[in-house]
Amino acid sequence: MQAPVVDELRRILSAEAVIADEESLRAYECDGLSAYRALPGVVVLPDTVAQVQQILRLCYQHHIPVVARGAGTGLSGGALPVRGGLVLSLAKFTRVLNIDPVNRTVRVEPGVRNITLSEVGEEYGLFYAPDPSSQIACTIGGNVAENSGGVHCLKYGLTVHNILALKVVTIEGDLLTIGCGALDASGYDLLALLTGSEGMLGVIVEVTVKLIPKPQYAQVALAAFDQVEAAGRAVAAIIASGIIPAGLEMMDQAAVRAAEAFVHAGYPTGAKAILLCELDGTPDEVAEEMRDVQAVLLGSGAAHIQIAADEAERQRFWAGRKAAFPAVGRIARDYYCMDGTIPRRYLAEVLTRVSQLSSEYALPIVNVFHAGDGNLHPLILYDVNAPGELQKAEALGGKILEVCVAVGGTVTGEHGVGVEKLNQMCVQFNADELAQFHAIKTAFDSEGLLNPGKAVPTLRRCAEFGAMHVHEGMLAFPHLERF
Amino acid sequence: MPSPDQIQKELKQRVEAAYVAGQPLCIRGGGTKAFYGREVGPSQMLDVRSYSGIIAYEPTELVITARAGTTIDEIEETLAERGQMLAFEPPHFGEAATLGGTVACGLSGPRRPYVGPLRDFVLGIRCLAGTGKVLHFGGQVMKNVAGYDVSRLFAGALGTLGVLLEVTLKVQPMPKLEVTLQGKAALKEAIQSMNRWAGQPLPLSGSTCDGAYLTVRLSGNGSAVEQALRRLDLERVCESGAYWLAVREQRLAFFADEAPLWRLSVPPACNPLDVPGRWLLDWGGAQRWLTTNAPYETVRAAAREAGGHATLFRGGDRQGEVFDPLAPALARLHRRLKAAFDPRGILNPGRMYRDL
Ligand SMILES: Cc1cc2nc3c(=O)[nH]c(=O)nc-3n(C[C@H](O)[C@H](O)[C@H](O)COP(=O)(O)OP(=O)(O)OC[C@H]3O[C@@H](n4cnc5c(N)ncnc54)[C@H](O)[C@@H]3O)c2cc1C
Repeated sequence: MQAPVVDELRRILSAEAVIADEESLRAYECDGLSAYRALPGVVVLPDTVAQVQQILRLCYQHHIPVVARGAGTGLSGGALPVRGGLVLSLAKFTRVLNIDPVNRTVRVEPGVRNITLSEVGEEYGLFYAPDPSSQIACTIGGNVAENSGGVHCLKYGLTVHNILALKVVTIEGDLLTIGCGALDASGYDLLALLTGSEGMLGVIVEVTVKLIPKPQYAQVALAAFDQVEAAGRAVAAIIASGIIPAGLEMMDQAAVRAAEAFVHAGYPTGAKAILLCELDGTPDEVAEEMRDVQAVLLGSGAAHIQIAADEAERQRFWAGRKAAFPAVGRIARDYYCMDGTIPRRYLAEVLTRVSQLSSEYALPIVNVFHAGDGNLHPLILYDVNAPGELQKAEALGGKILEVCVAVGGTVTGEHGVGVEKLNQMCVQFNADELAQFHAIKTAFDSEGLLNPGKAVPTLRRCAEFGAMHVHEGMLAFPHLERF
Repeated sequence: MPSPDQIQKELKQRVEAAYVAGQPLCIRGGGTKAFYGREVGPSQMLDVRSYSGIIAYEPTELVITARAGTTIDEIEETLAERGQMLAFEPPHFGEAATLGGTVACGLSGPRRPYVGPLRDFVLGIRCLAGTGKVLHFGGQVMKNVAGYDVSRLFAGALGTLGVLLEVTLKVQPMPKLEVTLQGKAALKEAIQSMNRWAGQPLPLSGSTCDGAYLTVRLSGNGSAVEQALRRLDLERVCESGAYWLAVREQRLAFFADEAPLWRLSVPPACNPLDVPGRWLLDWGGAQRWLTTNAPYETVRAAAREAGGHATLFRGGDRQGEVFDPLAPALARLHRRLKAAFDPRGILNPGRMYRDL
């Protein structure tokens, strides 16, 4: 980083809010996808929106790449720094600005943790629905940037369905208000466009979220299966029966065993797979639907069904699920988490294919995922110190995502493309579509300074990867140089 | 009858030719919402009705994909046969209403505050950009963060970004039971009640107030509805489906007024706004219909002051701005985005804003 720029940053911010020594910079080298690392040139921790505007104007002027960073829990390398570039941490933006219980909204700064939103709603009987497993750490800014989901998204929607307004600073330093206090706003639906845009279009400096009433009562059923495929079929059957559970999660035997060893949730370790099916509503309603769900589960081949006896047991069942990733972290040197989403009717088929691929590549895979949404999270276990294993894990992951696309699914349901799934984007989109994404990016960020190199692959990269769609026998952009 | 592929090809060629010639196109489905938005200036009509038909419907996946020219009636009838529905209750404004026009207008009915707006249910689209290129975004799955969310951006964009060819929507099971309740209430009192209830776990699916009566709909599983019925101090109305249809389709006597019709979208609990005219509140107070001859600026200022925005929905001057004007930086961004999809500005130019 050029010294004059660092000096200028020190004029905008207090001295301790500009980090430029290598040792301290190391802490920002990666996000939750730690296999990818890059040392930034400088990290800044602004405290006000005006400072963010000044920093971005400075970067624009000096052509410095900027990567926004929330809690750094992202799993696709979205917050991976650009080597030598600037990291803009929102860590100081942790204020809850306004709680409006009557209109059921909360306005917060982007560095507020996801869990805080439900905590502030608690006293009014309200909660914030999207609940990523990382909710005690991840920030609402990061959630918006990734359109994060959680176990309750099946019924209550993803981040995009639960926010009302954003304040965003553009790379040119303009402060935009997107959305308003009402349920919609005039103009294009930029709220939707910005949600899930992975820090590529602007820096989010304020978020207004919607809170919803906490259901009176919730009950969870744990169904054990002797066959993974049967569990997959049960998921499709539940949705088909007209019931929308509050959560419908699946864990295979390896995940069950790892979680059980870690948190003692009371899971049946002999089962090949379990489903956790949560229903919420009035007690009568839940009882009625629970009867229907049990019938469907048994009809789909559940070997055993256990309804949580009380609230403590319900919490325990969920604790096992929520701790599944760290639990797997205890049994493997490293794991690599995939995030493909497929139509639910292909669950059984795709899980079978995933286990075949696991044998072919000789790397174990653990499955724990948002089954009700068809959102898979195969965790590929590998050892980063074993030569070539990371590359093998990545190749296996890529194959899994291609299977997802082949059945009409997508390469990422909630973790984002980041740096990780760039190649698979070439499989899912053709050159015209990718070019359209680049055009959107350019409309917001003409110089390509915000999180460059993430989320959307260049056409050149796709050509090298060799998976570019060829449309109607012709390559798109015939007039462009062959990358 | 030409095949869908042939029709798509023709549409594509029309847009390509218009792109080359810089010829503005006015995209038209059933024409049921031609009154909405601004008037498009001199242009050629691009009729997309013939590109129709349901492509895939998977009741077990809660997903339907259809061509843009398919009528909403056909889609809703198909869903109803399997006990499913479009939960956002789109207004049709006529039998000819098409899927494409419905998504482009992005309007939602009385159920919207409780289940989400139309755009929440859009999972994927295929479209023709302003260059004539066929592009596909999103898909058929519930969760998808691959690439920017262009599908939802198209909802409510009034055809200014592209010609919708196909849309995939998420659908929902119909509720087992629906009942309507009514009680006398003035606006202010109704707003308080509606918002108090909305903060409680009740199976609400509609709430309106016309200044004299507060009307509430409950939907869901039998026991939940029965229990909520007992908690609300309102009287049960017998035939209730017709009322909600009339609200959605703007067939209530309220809408017969000669004066321009405004739609004010505001925080649901805000007090009645001080603009002369007649009011009808929907969406639990979040969507307020107003017929008035008050100056446009008065209406806009009132909505803005309340934290929302106002749209000149029907009637009035369709050559002026009908949507709330955007702040300069935001307006600039809108123009750049429009140019990113439609570089020569040929698709429904001016339908949303004069210079868009
Ligand atoms: C154990 C574990 C479990 C997880 N479980 C889930 C889960 O259940 N569901 C799920 O969806 N995800 C899950 N995740 C992934 C991750 O927690 C989410 O993606 C989360 O939203 C990231 O938030 P963050 O604050 O850590 O963002 P970061 O990782 O810091 O950033 C993520 C992306 O957002 C951008 N960004 C961050 N803040 C801003 C801002 N203010 N303005 C603009 N761009 C910004 C960054 O540039 C980056 O591209 C999990 C992760 C872990 C480690």
